[in-house]
Amino acid sequence: MTTIKRAKGFWLSISLSLIFFAVVQVLIGGGSLNPFYQNTLMFIGINIILAASLHLIIGITGQFSIGHAGFLAVGAYASAVMTMKLEMPFALALIVGGLVAALAGLIIGIPSLRLKGDYLAIATLGFGEIVRILLLNIDYVGGASGMQVSHLTTWPWVFASIIVTLIVIRNFTSSTHGRACISIREDETAADSMGINTTYYKVVAFAIGAFFAGIAGGLYAHNFYIIQPSNFGFLKSFDILILVVLGGLGSLSGAVLAAILLTVVTTFLQDYPETRMIIYSLVLIVMMIYRPQGLMGTKEITSMFKRKGGSSHENKNTAA
Amino acid sequence: MELIQQLINGVSLGSIYALIALGYTMVYGIVKLINFAHGDVFMVGSFVGFYSITVLDLSFVPALLISMTVCALFGVLIERIAYKPLRNATRIAALITAIGVSLLIEYGFIYVRGAQPEAYPNDVLPTDKFNIFGVSINSQSILIFGVAVVLMIILQIIVHKTKIGKAMRAVSFDADAAKLMGINVDNTISATFAIGSALAGAAGVIFGIYYIKIEPLMGVLPGLKAFVAAVLGGIGIIPGAMVGGLLLGVIEALVSAAGYSLWRDAVAFVVLILILIFMPQGLFGKNKKEKV
Repeated sequence: MTTIKRAKGFWLSISLSLIFFAVVQVLIGGGSLNPFYQNTLMFIGINIILAASLHLIIGITGQFSIGHAGFLAVGAYASAVMTMKLEMPFALALIVGGLVAALAGLIIGIPSLRLKGDYLAIATLGFGEIVRILLLNIDYVGGASGMQVSHLTTWPWVFASIIVTLIVIRNFTSSTHGRACISIREDETAADSMGINTTYYKVVAFAIGAFFAGIAGGLYAHNFYIIQPSNFGFLKSFDILILVVLGGLGSLSGAVLAAILLTVVTTFLQDYPETRMIIYSLVLIVMMIYRPQGLMGTKEITSMFKRKGGSSHENKNTAA
Repeated sequence: MELIQQLINGVSLGSIYALIALGYTMVYGIVKLINFAHGDVFMVGSFVGFYSITVLDLSFVPALLISMTVCALFGVLIERIAYKPLRNATRIAALITAIGVSLLIEYGFIYVRGAQPEAYPNDVLPTDKFNIFGVSINSQSILIFGVAVVLMIILQIIVHKTKIGKAMRAVSFDADAAKLMGINVDNTISATFAIGSALAGAAGVIFGIYYIKIEPLMGVLPGLKAFVAAVLGGIGIIPGAMVGGLLLGVIEALVSAAGYSLWRDAVAFVVLILILIFMPQGLFGKNKKEKV
């Protein structure tokens, strides 16, 4: 019974989003959406993918990673090399970008996921910096002056990527593997003693998160005309982190909502970067003091429409 | 001879890292928090020193003392406003707050005074060069190293010979037990922040004198590297931070000397990841068993 209900909800949201897609597509085709709004839309889409991918790592598995811009950079550069140097089609470039980023996730994940909490955070931060410095020193991709990329990211690509990302991450979360990841978040030692291979699941979550960050990187790279290593510094990681923290550590819909909200805010504050950073950091501090679980906590937006008893199995704890 | 020259540069840089790392390690030892804002306290210290020297026309030692005092107060302020409400929160919440505080200081500072860099006057300390066995040594490097060593000795005396030092060691060993023994834990934590921040302020002034250029975002990289130094020496252990800082400075100088100066910043993080994987307790740390 519940499966049918869930499937019904699933197809309902798919059809709703397809309608939304068609409306926006018609608006873009008809020219009633000017380039500024189109660009904001692309950014919202890319940020949704990034937020969802980091949500899997921080919100679901509870691994505090603050080097997400590293995966974004790997995906961006890998896909840009595919289209610009090897002249491959865009779709292939996106997938390769994702795969290379997932590989990077594996390489960094396997050794550093033996670490916990703050140590892991610092190690991932270090990883992000290493990626940036590496790119800065590779002449093949242009070093500090960056790499020319043609504009290929269009609304259908962004939309398709969002849908795939959200479906995969949502289904992963509610699968056996996702449950294992949540148990690691709640108590790693207990999960370990229940026979869950914690390192394996942490690495899997890391690799999947990195894969989608890489896809977002491909979209990000081809939305600009140039990518530079300085676009992928610690501040970029912080921008992604705040999406997940604001939305609620452990809530996919929260992360998506925060991505939409903050991208719009960022667009309006584009001319005042300092003010933006001050607001963001104040939001983080105040949030951590008064509502550390984020806007949504671990609840999903769909659970608001259910009867109260329906969500009793939802976890009330925050990630940490 | 070139090598020895680089080693001396490395020791100067390393003593700056060591001073910053001490603050990290003391705070981590006592509240288990990576104080991301520590690098920014270092930046503020550097600017306070700069204004004391240029605007107030003071010499090196008073400027150093003013900077240390301002930073100590600033550190306590940060702790009281941002970290104290989170004493019992999760580690991740505290870490996120620390990142927020760090960015708030950086961009608040830029908002107030602008992002333009400043240059320290180069006559603050004498810059005589003298030769020892064919190696030309800048008197600045020696003075910087000397100041760092003196500050570290003072720190050791505070931690091991005074009452507040005893309280600090007790709180870092077991905060609850210390509370039961009548130690004012909140004040002890504030004192730790004050001392650590004062050391960062001193490091800021020294950094300005040695490297001339200062800017509002200058604290980010030295801050992170000092954290690496603290982890390298074993976080929470004061002599470890000193050795780790010096070691990291020397490693960086050697990498620069080998002709890979563009990779210099990456080396610190590679060292970090290696040490975390193979020796997470650091050079001086003891291996702790996990209690369930």
